[in-house]
Order: sequence, then structure tokens, then C-alpha cells
Amino acid sequence: MTTATARISRPGHTAAKPARTAKSRERALAWARRAPLLPALVFLIVVTQLPFVVTLIISFLNWNSLSPTKTAFAGLENYVTVLTDPDLRQAIFTTIILTVSVVLASLLIGLGLALLLDKKFIGRGLARTLLIAPFLVVPVAAALIWKHALLNPAYGLVNGILTWLWSLFGSATPPQLDLLSQAPLAAVTVSLVWQWTPFMMLILLAGLQSRPMDTVEAAQMDGATPWAIFQHLTLPHLRQYLELGGLLGAIYIVQNFDSVFTLTAGGLGTANLPYAIYQTFYYANEYGLASAAGVVVVIGTIIVATFALRTVFSLFKKEAAR
Amino acid sequence: MSTLTPAAPRNTVQAPAGNTGSRRRGKTRMDPTRNSTAAGIAAWLLALLFASPVVWMILTSFHSETDAATNPPSVAATLTLDAYREFFGETSGVSPWPSLINSATASILSTVLVLVLAIPAAYALSIRPVKKWTDVMFFFLSTKMMPVVAAILPLYLFARTVGALDNIWFLILMYTSMNLPIAVWMMRSFLAEVPEEMLEAAQIDGANLLLILRKVIAPVAMPGIAATALICFIFSWNELLLARVLTGVVAGTAPVFLTGFVSGQGLFLAKVCAAAVVISLPVLFAGFAAQDKLVQGLSLGAVK
Repeated sequence: MTTATARISRPGHTAAKPARTAKSRERALAWARRAPLLPALVFLIVVTQLPFVVTLIISFLNWNSLSPTKTAFAGLENYVTVLTDPDLRQAIFTTIILTVSVVLASLLIGLGLALLLDKKFIGRGLARTLLIAPFLVVPVAAALIWKHALLNPAYGLVNGILTWLWSLFGSATPPQLDLLSQAPLAAVTVSLVWQWTPFMMLILLAGLQSRPMDTVEAAQMDGATPWAIFQHLTLPHLRQYLELGGLLGAIYIVQNFDSVFTLTAGGLGTANLPYAIYQTFYYANEYGLASAAGVVVVIGTIIVATFALRTVFSLFKKEAAR
Repeated sequence: MSTLTPAAPRNTVQAPAGNTGSRRRGKTRMDPTRNSTAAGIAAWLLALLFASPVVWMILTSFHSETDAATNPPSVAATLTLDAYREFFGETSGVSPWPSLINSATASILSTVLVLVLAIPAAYALSIRPVKKWTDVMFFFLSTKMMPVVAAILPLYLFARTVGALDNIWFLILMYTSMNLPIAVWMMRSFLAEVPEEMLEAAQIDGANLLLILRKVIAPVAMPGIAATALICFIFSWNELLLARVLTGVVAGTAPVFLTGFVSGQGLFLAKVCAAAVVISLPVLFAGFAAQDKLVQGLSLGAVK
């Protein structure tokens, strides 16, 4: 790229012209280069950065739209409320638990599936397609299916299968689960793990298939066991793919709204921060408080994102150096 | 990093004929990825387990409401289209079509807008890169990492003030901003694949920009553009939070329709399954069409 740059910005005949024209010409060329970039850049700044600045400002205000006359500067009051209000504190806690458990579980299962799909067997393409299917159901639809068709205590598939299995052994009193009311957070977790495992699997499978096979073959020639190969060759190679999957997954799952909204409507301690913020501004009309909670989410995301960016950057540098 | 699609490297190992055949076969013997029955059985069992909710959703959508709500499940019940008739409003008179059309409008138009903005941007980040183009790339990425909830209140207030609430065009702009960073990252990685020698040769031959775009860049980048479009379409079609907050009766999308669909009155399981199938169909088609490039898009172009 650099050679092309030099050639384009220094065409032969400009050298003969006076220095000032050459300079303004160079500047014009630099702007010509930037021009295609500007619409996208300006658009994104206006639509994503400006609103966040406004959120930041509102977060320092005492603003409830139901009593607009009482709007006033509140200092850090909203932030204190976010961190001390039991419901919002619970939401922070729920967000962390949900994100960590979904990411870890889907990464582990995804790794197992990727290792299996890396082997050759009959109908591998079809099995791969079937495994991607959960990711291609609209999230709201998936949450509705989990709530009504799978986990419903009276006629969901899960309890249906339990009844059927027990009846095979002549039992009329099968154990019946009611995950939605007894362990609602587990219900949300299970449905999200189901949806996100294909994502992890695809990233890890791409990682596995980009692994240099000659070193693996050499190791086999030297009599290395499959476990040793996995531990010393495969896993180190997969490390950055595991990191990438985990961090991208974390960024998406921290923001999850659909599942919590549909499966439990935030009840019984399942309200995560996005859902709590939605409630705070949409139903409680506490604009200042909702904004402060939003800023807290951003701070949390920045912490995770710094790591994610580093991982993406290392992969990106490799690719750019290609 | 290989530019081959995930399945490709294995295909070369499988190739049975040709003059490289015997050498390949020799390698296959050493290959740890050789035919493995145990792994095959395990993978198939897990694939069926993961697909079973989808299969059950499709099966139940063709059952009558009474057959759908049994315990143990009636797998072999008679098939019927009643649930689909109900979903399309045969008795309730509430048609899902306006919301489906809204979803299609928002997804397709925002995808077009994304491409119009992202392709030139990607050009300025790969083929004729601006200075500090990596910084620009990471700025785009960082906007994607900001949660929607952190910006939604000002957007809502703005829309309410200017009268853009429940307006599909406002939603289209939101979806465009949501997908633009992903599209820029994806398109850059596709445009970076255009061979430099071809560009230089075309320039030496005196081809103008338009001709270069059409004859050199487009043929290489087309599959990438298609994949980017499909992935942006999926993300827009799936979106709930923005649609829920910014639209209402007029511009409500299919996911919003779906959330208000369950009344809790009487039997509705088959109807919910039918609704879920209909609304997921475009995503299933788009997803399988983009299957090979899905990883690249979801990892923002970082993994190929």
C-alpha cells in the first residue's frame, strides 16, 4: 500500500511546479482520500456519540418527566442511587452473573463442538448446519419458544420428555421441572447458552482450521499423544480465538434485552441492567437515574472492551501484515 | 491467515483423484482429522439436541392447539395449517402483515444505506488508505461496543421532540448506525483482498476510477458485499429494544408484534410456534446463504 501511496501523491509533473501549489495540491489529494470516509464517520458520530454525551449530561440531572418542574442539577446523586438502590444493585449483580455464566458455558460447549466438527465423519456439513440453527432463530421468537414450548411446566417439551421417559418404566409420577418460576435466571441462562454456543463454535472452528497442520503432523510422528497435541499445540493456537469469542460474546450478552424481557419480564431477580434501564426511563420516567445507570453500563463495557480491542487488534495486525 | 472458507482446507485433503492423490492419501493417514466414528456419533447427537427446539417449534406449528398442549407430547398428531391461519389473523382479524412489511422495509433500506456509507469508507481504509487508518477502524469498532441502552433515552427524547416517534425512517437511521461499524470492518477485509498488482496494472493502462471499481474491485468484492448485506439484514430484522422504544402501532416491527402476540388467554402454543417460524424464516434463509462468511461478519472481520 505504501508504494502505491507514494506513487499517487507524487506524480512526475508536480515536481516542476512551485512549492506552494504542490503543497496545496497535496492537501487537496489528502482530502480526496478522506472524502469517501467522511459520510460514514460523520453519520456515526452524530447518531452514536452525541446521544451518549447527552446521556452523560442527563445523568447529573434530577429529572423525572412526570414532574418536569422539579428538574434540577443533582450532582452525583443518581450514581449513588444506582450503586445503593437494592433493585439496581441486584441488576448489576444479575448482569455480571448472566454474562459470565453464559459466556463460559457457551465457550466450553462451543469448544467441544468445534473439536468434534474438526474431525471427519458422515454428514458433517449437515450436522454443522443443524448446530448453527439456534443462532438463526429471531431472539424474541427463540425466547417465546423456550418460555412456552419447552419450559412451560404443564405442557412444555422438557417436562413432556420426563413424563414419557418415566412412563417407559411404568412410573406415573415423573419429576416435573418449573425452571421459569423456581430458577428463572437459570432459564434465561440456558436459553442464551443455546443461542450463543453456535457463535462460539463457529469462531473456534475457524481457529482450529487455520492451525498449521505440519507441526501437528510432526508432533504425531514424534509420538505425541492426542492430549499432548491438544494441550501444547491446539490450545495455544486457539487462545486468541477463545479470547475473541469470549469478549465479543460478553459485549453482546451484557446488552441482552430480548431474553430477559420475553422469558421473565425481569421478574424474580432476572432484571439485568439493560432491562432495568428500560424500566426506569420507559415506565418510571426517571430520566436522570436511567442515564446514570446507562453510564455505568458503558464504564463496565469499556473495561471489557479494552481487552476485546487488544485481542481484535492482535488478530488484525496479523491479517494486515499478510 | 487463510482466505479460504472454513470448509475448504478439509476438502483438499478429501480429494481422491488427480496426480496429488496418492500424496494426499498418505497425509490423510497421519491426519488427526481422519474419519472418526465416535466423534461423528457424538457430534450428531449434540447437533440433534441443539436443533431439537427448532424442530419442535416447526412440528408444533403444524399441530392443532389441543395436540400442542399435551404432556407427554403428541409427536405423531395430525398435521394442520390452523396455527398459521390463526397467526395471519383468521379469527382475531389482527394481521401481522403490517409489522412484517415494516420489518422488511427497515431491514432492507437500512442495509442499503449501510452499504452506501460503508463501501466508500472501506475503500478509503484499504485500497487508498487515509493516514492513521487503523485508528479510524478502531473508532468504528468502539461505537459498536457502546450498549444501545446508553444512548437510547436521548434518541427517544429527540424523536419525541421532532415528531419522529413511531416513524419507520427514524428506525432505519438507527439500524444504519447499529450495523455501519460491522459493515465497515467486513468490507475492509474484503476489499483488502483485491490484488494490488491488478490495481496498478489498471492504473498504468489509464483506466479511470469508475472502470477500476467496476472491472477490478467489484468482481473480487461482490461475494463480500453480499455477505455483509445478509448479516446487516439479520441484525436489523432481529432487533427488539430500539423498535420497542421508538415505534408503536404504525411502524412496529415483527419482533414488537411478537412480544404483544401472547395474550395468555386459552391455548396458544401452536400459534406462537407458527409466529416464531414465520418471523424466523427470513433470518434462516439469509443465515444459511451467508453461512460461509458468517464467522467473518460476527467476529467483525477478525476471523476468516
